[in-house]
Amino acid sequence: MKRRQFTQAAAGLAAATTLAPFGIVRAQARTLKVGVLLPRSGIQAGIGQDCHRGVQVATAVLKQLGLPGLEIMNGDTESNVDVARSRAERLISEGAQLLVGAFDSGQTTAIAQVAEQRGIPLVINIAAAPPITEQGYKFVFRNFPTAPMILGDAFANQLEVFAAAGAAPKTAVFMHVNDTFGVAMQKGFTGVMSKFTMPYKVVDTIAYDPAARDLSVEVAKAKASGADALIMVSRLNDAILITRELVKQRWSPMAVLSMGPGWYEDQYLKTLGKLSDGPLSFVPWYDPNKKLAGQLEAAHRKAFPEINLNTNHIYTFEALLVAADAFKRAGSTDPKALADAIRATSIKDNVSPGPGVQFNAKGQNDAMKNSAIQNRGGKLVAVAPKAAANAKPELPMRPYDKR
Amino acid sequence: LTGLVYGLMALGLSVIFGVVRVVNFAHGEMMTVAMYLTLVLFSALKLDPLVLLVPIAAVLFAFGYLLQRGLINPFINRPEHSQFMLLVAVALILVNVQLIVFGPDAQGIRTAYSFDSFQLGPVIVDAAKVYAAAAALLVAGALFAFFRFTLLGKSIRACADNYQGALVVGLNVKHLYALTFGLGAACVGAAGAMLMAVIDVTPTIGPAYTLLAFVIVITGGLGSMPGALLGGLLIGVTEALGGVLFTPSAKSMFAFGLLVLVLLFRPQGILGRKAH
Repeated sequence: MKRRQFTQAAAGLAAATTLAPFGIVRAQARTLKVGVLLPRSGIQAGIGQDCHRGVQVATAVLKQLGLPGLEIMNGDTESNVDVARSRAERLISEGAQLLVGAFDSGQTTAIAQVAEQRGIPLVINIAAAPPITEQGYKFVFRNFPTAPMILGDAFANQLEVFAAAGAAPKTAVFMHVNDTFGVAMQKGFTGVMSKFTMPYKVVDTIAYDPAARDLSVEVAKAKASGADALIMVSRLNDAILITRELVKQRWSPMAVLSMGPGWYEDQYLKTLGKLSDGPLSFVPWYDPNKKLAGQLEAAHRKAFPEINLNTNHIYTFEALLVAADAFKRAGSTDPKALADAIRATSIKDNVSPGPGVQFNAKGQNDAMKNSAIQNRGGKLVAVAPKAAANAKPELPMRPYDKR
Repeated sequence: LTGLVYGLMALGLSVIFGVVRVVNFAHGEMMTVAMYLTLVLFSALKLDPLVLLVPIAAVLFAFGYLLQRGLINPFINRPEHSQFMLLVAVALILVNVQLIVFGPDAQGIRTAYSFDSFQLGPVIVDAAKVYAAAAALLVAGALFAFFRFTLLGKSIRACADNYQGALVVGLNVKHLYALTFGLGAACVGAAGAMLMAVIDVTPTIGPAYTLLAFVIVITGGLGSMPGALLGGLLIGVTEALGGVLFTPSAKSMFAFGLLVLVLLFRPQGILGRKAH
């Protein structure tokens, strides 16, 4: 090797060595490390696994939208608040630059505290307890309605359903789980209901343990109230248990009006077959008329042909959409830049009903709208609001002994 | 009615402790094993869980026998915390194996009578619970008869009453201990098969049932066989009455309240004997 060649090679090597770190920085900036915290085992495992389907579908859809790739780091909260907190700490220590999660309000509250302390943005997929976005947090964002928002829309949609069906209950019994979500809904229920002129009076309120193995006493008490309708705030397993008890105790209310998960989920439909038909769920759903809803539905059908698209998939997907969109605009994995970008989010073509995704000063998307959906022959149809509906409601529900 | 099935499950715990003097901290997890076996056999053979309880009790008997002989026996004379850690480890392994094999979702079976009920005046009684409770009484009766009237049963009781004496008269204590553990596991197996007719199973319900079994045997009297059944019945009735008369969400509180009262006023349990 000649001296000139050696000098050129050395200069090239030096340049490569000097620029390499910038190269690494550029390579790192191509993907965002997102720690997804979900209750994938424990009592909420079924729903946690369902939310994870939203994660699995997201990659392909985000790519179609031209958004940057996300490197998903999974964390199982084991349906436990303390585990949720420690998993969040661990994911951040392992390099997570943004967190998404965690379905349950109690677990999400714990994760939000960690995210705020460590200065890592948290995009909440599902959690309805209002205090989470009332703490003045700067790194916590929620693209999911709070309990009062769900309740307000639920009553508005109920009135629309009763008017469309030409039938309405005169009395109702309110049953709810006594976990963080259930209690938040129960606390808001009376206050929000008083703002509407509802055709029914609530004759009894029954709280129950979400881990209960047997709900016969609860259903017997609800039946004894003589109410026309059953208003529910439940989870999946208890929704199945309650339906079984309704059949066994020979009580067919004219309507089951659910304001939470459980009654529209696939496992509910599959486990109960024709007994699953009829309940109306007033829930955060999707607008079938939006373009992205169609794209997500198609991708979901391809990945999980046996499973209906539902709230768990939609809002977990939208949380990742918010993350990818913010990352693209921030052009950086710096947590503060990401948080600023999320705060400035304005996604018009999204999946959920309403004007789109944006956050107020508290980090809450307060423009979201909820839907009324009904179980029909193992499928789900949207019956209200009219703008985001694809079927008319059927009320009263067909009695269980006539199916 | 479900309390009687819980009583049968707790009976297994009571039998094991009464003879082997080992507290089975994997009791609820063993019951979920039986529930999953019922699920698998029901799917494959379409046999009623009340029929399946016989082969499942036999499988759990073999499992219990081998577990005691191979794993627990070396720990019999070790400190209680060693036994505790061993059985908690067994419980954790069982839960995680079930999670891997069956997943976390709740799974159930649907029999011809799953949604049937009997109307007795204003009271509606769940048919599946009636059948399960009747089967629990039958199994418990068979177990009582075994301990009272058979030579093997009497030998086991002799081991429980006087360990040294049993050795002196030439009883094979190791074999009898394993047999007892097997019988306790068979009770759990039968209870698990019956419970599948009433509730769904997930791998994570095991610890709750272990705790429930403890509450029942402590209420009824640790080591007392009729006490376990009575405890199950009392806990079931207390929860139901507490739920109906006060608030359903606090029904477990009434069960634990009963436990506290028993511990305060009759620490040996309702039908238990005082330790000397």
